[in-house]
Parts: sequence; C-alpha cells; structure tokens
Amino acid sequence: MGIDIRFPIGLMFTILGLLLTLFGLFSSSNSELYKISYDININLWTGIFSLVFGLVMLSLSLRRKKKVVEEEKQV
Amino acid sequence: MEQSFNLGWIDYTIMLVYFVFVIGIGWALKRYMKSATAFLEAGRSLPAWVTGLAFISANLGALEVIGMAASGAKYGMMTIHFYLIGAIPGMVFLGLFMMPFYYGSKARSVPEYLKLRFDEKTRAFNAFAFAIMTVLASGISMYALALLAQVLLPFDFTVTIIGINITEFDFYLIFAALIVLIYTYLGGLTSAIYNEVLQFFLIVIGFLPLVFLALKHVGGWEGMKANLDVGMLHSWQNTGSPDANTMGVEWFGVVAGLGFVLAFGYWCTNFLVVQRAMAAGSMTAARKTPMIGALPKMFIPFIVVIPGMIAIALLNDPSIDFTLPVKGDSFDYDKVIPTLLATHFPTGVLGLGVTALLASFMSGMAGNVSAFNTVWTYDIYQSYLVPDKSDNHYLRVGRLTTVFGVIVSILAAYIAKSFNNVMDFLQLIFAFINAPLFATFLLGMFTRRTTGHGAFYGLIAGTIAAAIHHGLTAPVGLHSQIKGGWMGTIVHHYHSEMAQNFWTAIYAFAACFVVTVLISLLTRKLKTNEQLKGLVYSLTPRLVDKEMVWYKRPATLAILVSIMAIAFTILFW
Repeated sequence: MGIDIRFPIGLMFTILGLLLTLFGLFSSSNSELYKISYDININLWTGIFSLVFGLVMLSLSLRRKKKVVEEEKQV
Repeated sequence: MEQSFNLGWIDYTIMLVYFVFVIGIGWALKRYMKSATAFLEAGRSLPAWVTGLAFISANLGALEVIGMAASGAKYGMMTIHFYLIGAIPGMVFLGLFMMPFYYGSKARSVPEYLKLRFDEKTRAFNAFAFAIMTVLASGISMYALALLAQVLLPFDFTVTIIGINITEFDFYLIFAALIVLIYTYLGGLTSAIYNEVLQFFLIVIGFLPLVFLALKHVGGWEGMKANLDVGMLHSWQNTGSPDANTMGVEWFGVVAGLGFVLAFGYWCTNFLVVQRAMAAGSMTAARKTPMIGALPKMFIPFIVVIPGMIAIALLNDPSIDFTLPVKGDSFDYDKVIPTLLATHFPTGVLGLGVTALLASFMSGMAGNVSAFNTVWTYDIYQSYLVPDKSDNHYLRVGRLTTVFGVIVSILAAYIAKSFNNVMDFLQLIFAFINAPLFATFLLGMFTRRTTGHGAFYGLIAGTIAAAIHHGLTAPVGLHSQIKGGWMGTIVHHYHSEMAQNFWTAIYAFAACFVVTVLISLLTRKLKTNEQLKGLVYSLTPRLVDKEMVWYKRPATLAILVSIMAIAFTILFW
C-alpha cells in the first residue's frame, strides 16, 4: 500500500552503514576502543555490511519505481 | 555485575535515526488512511514477503529476544523446540489448510470468523479474551523495556510534576509508548507491519556481530561445545524421560503439548499473527505468508538462543573472566543479552545493538496494539456498542482506539510490575485461553456438524479444564501460587514449569474437543450448508493451484520449509 517499504529500509541502513563505516575508519587507530571486541574493528565491518544491505534494498526499490513509471507511460 | 552501557554520541545518533524512520514511515502512510479497511486491515494489499517477515517479527518482541536467550542459557539446545516443532508445523498448517477459510471468508478478524462459522456468543468470548490478552501482553512489553532501559542507560533522575514523582523508569515507559502510539495512530496496521519488517532487519543486523564476537570469545563453535554440559547440546536425545533432560519434559509432552496444542493454538488462531497474513494482497500471498515467515524463523535461534548458550559456556570456562548478574540464588538469565552487549560491543555497534533491542520491544508492542485495534473496533464496538455507522465513523474509532489501547497498556505495564516471571506468566495465559481454541477451529473448519453451542461450551470447558489442571498440579520446588497448586491439594508434581504448562495445554485441548463434540451432537445445527460455504472444508470449492508454475505454488514452499525443519532437527538432535 502506498509506499514501497524497501525504500525507507534501504535509506535507513545506508545512513546507519555510512555512520558506522566512517566512525570505524576514524577510530581505527584507537586500539583502546577495540580491546573489548578482540581488536576487530567491528564498527567498520558492521558498517560495511549495513551499507551494502541498504544499497541493495535501495536499488531494488528504485528499479521497481522505474518499471512502474514505464508501465504507466505505456498505458 | 550490573553495569550500565557506556554510550557515546554515535550511539545516540543511531537511536535517533531509528526513531526518525519509524515515525517517518507512519507519516508517509498517513495520506493513504482513508477508510477503516485501510487503517485496520492494511487494505488487504501487501506483498507476501512483507507480511511474511511481519508475521514472525510481530512475535519477535520482548518475549522472544530476552526470554529465548534466557531459555537458551537455562535449557540449552532444547530451546530450539520453540522454533522447530513448536512453530514450523503450525505455520505450514495455517498456510496450507486454514488461510483459505480466513482469507476466503472475508472475515476481518479471527473472532469475526468465529461469528460467521458459529454464533455471536463464541465470537464475544474470543473477542473479549483476545482484547484483554493483547493489552496485557503489550503492557508487559512496555514494562520490560522500561526496566531494561533503567538498568542499562546511564540516566538517573526524578522530577516532580503536579505532585507526581516521575523517575527515568516512567519516562522510558511513556516515551516508548508514545513512539508506538504515533506511528500506529498515523499509519494503522500498514505502519505496524512496515515497521515490523524494518525492525526485523535491524534485529538481525544488530545481533549478528554480537553472536560473531561472542563466539570468537569462547573459541568458536567447538569452544562453546567444549564448555557446556553435554545435555545442553541436544534437543531430542534426552527426552526419553523427564529426569534425563534440562527442561524436565519427556518427548510426548513436547510433541503433543508444545508441538501440537500450544503451537497450533498460537500460530493458527492467534489474531496477532493471523492478522499479518490476512493483510496480504491475494489468496496466494496470504497462504504463503506464514511459510515465508517460517524460513527466517528457523534461523532466529542463532541470534537469540545461541547467545544464551555462549554466555553459559563463557561462565564455565575458567580461563575467561565473565559473569552474569545474580538474582536471588541463581543467575539472572534475563540479563544474558544486555550483559553480552556490554562486554563485547564498543561504542558504535553498541548503539546499533541497543537500538535493535528497543526495536524488538516496540515491534512486540505495536503488533499487539494494532491487533487490539481491529478486534476492539470491529468485534466489540461495531458489533455490540455502536453498529451501522459510516465507514468514516469506524475509521475515527479505530484511530481513537489506538490511543485508548496504548493508555490501557501503560496501566497494564504498571500492573505487570507485580509479576516477576514474564515468560511463564504469558505461557500460562496462552495455555488457558489459546490451547482449547485450536480444538474449536479444527472441529469447526473440518466438520460441518459442529454447532455454535458446541463450540462455545467446549471453549468454556477447555479453559476451566486448564485452570483446574493448573490448580491441582505443581512443578517441583513450588514457591508461588501463580505457578500452580492453588486449589490446595496437589495431585501431581511435574519436573518443571515447562512440563506443567505443556500438560495443562493437553488437558485443555482434550476437554474442549470432547465437550464440543458431545454438545454438537446434542444440539441442532442452526447454519445451513449454504451459509457455511467458504467456512468449512467439505463445503468449500478446492483452490486450484495448477495454473501457477510449480515453484510458485504454496505447496512447494511448504515442502521446502518442511525439509529444512527436518534437516535442522536432525542436525541438533
């Protein structure tokens, strides 16, 4: 109904992914911070994962939008 | 080791982004809410993958995340019974055999189906019981959320407004209730369902890194196994007798009590979940909904049960410094997830993890509120209080009911403060009310002879049987009457509360089944075959799936789901 839920989901995880990826990059030299996660930069990895998921969702919803617009043109 | 989280600006930013999106979705849907159908039934227009994910996400609330991690820590691998035998067969049965009647009959709710199939009093009994139960469940979710936030968030304050002291506990409770209220008020059931899908992904993405880090901490899968009692690692192997396993139940109790009565009762007749399937855009989508939900359902133990088991393995490993908070004379298992979060996540993902936890509570709350809305508006207000008004009138009532439902939930949250074991209390209610219900649906959907009187008195008998069984039996080490034995004499002691609950369900089902059959045979059938068309199996034309490509048919999906469930069962035997 109304909106395609993949768009807000994609947008939110893209934003969260960007936030975490950037935070992970800027904090990568802070070994004190990542002691708790066994020296794994978990922010960076979770950020990249979230970013990829968000972009996939976004592209799926945009592809559908294009299809809908084309169908409407044909009608 | 009660510790509050060390949250930084990044964590609060993540929470804020989540709140903006949750409310934004409600806001974006506002302009589509033009009829009661749109608001209360999502216009019956959603795709199957959306309703399928919402189907399990509505159930992925406080009960699941906190309760199942606690159960994983207490009972180990046996907890996956709640995901395999205690969910999958019920979900497949709903999709293949029951959805055609729910969706095809054009009933707008489960109680309304009961009215169409049986009579007014059966519907009334179910509608009132359901309304009370959902508000209670929503209140318990709110209470648990506020309690957890109080322990974990680093704020501590009391303000006095017009003579009332408001602590941070009250603030969290009202704040969470307000967010849920806003997005369900604006976008109705669609908003609740859309947010459930969002929350589902958030929970998965927020908890996967936790499982990864905790597993690394304990030395991987093998490290976890090495530090657990062998009894914690099996689901079926030790169920030959109730003394032999962690849960204190034997295989028959698991299969009949949980796998048949409780699971089918919950997944096939509880309007909270069935409503998601009824919001689907077509009959095929509605039938596929529970089975699409079943696919991710089988993997949820990896993010909720396994962390509980890892926590115990970490405790058992002498070379690892890890401990859980203590409550009374045992560990406080409900703190497993928060403790793992605090000890494994740095600031950043910590915000994501806390947000995922908040999301799980909110989806549980919103699911209950949206189901309550529909039942209250259609089955109580429109049926008994103010019938025959315009659609616009019921749309407005639906909106107001959201406010009313949330307020009553808040009251319920404060009442819930006096019960300490949320999980067992909920299970008890399900056993009393839901367990007999499945007998009614089974007899009603698959035999045309079952009458309204039979169904009604059967339900009453089943609920009474449940209460009597609970009153006459007790788990070993009974220390409060909410756990049973309240009738004074105890005729049987079970090895655990879990076992007692399973058997309460079995007795309730049997009593309802027998009484429904007997009274149906003694009373006249009041509905004609024509009236029962679309409601009873033998009087409804079979659905033909033959035109569909074979891999798109619901039956194909059912086979796939079943094969996966069997594979998991063997893997964790």
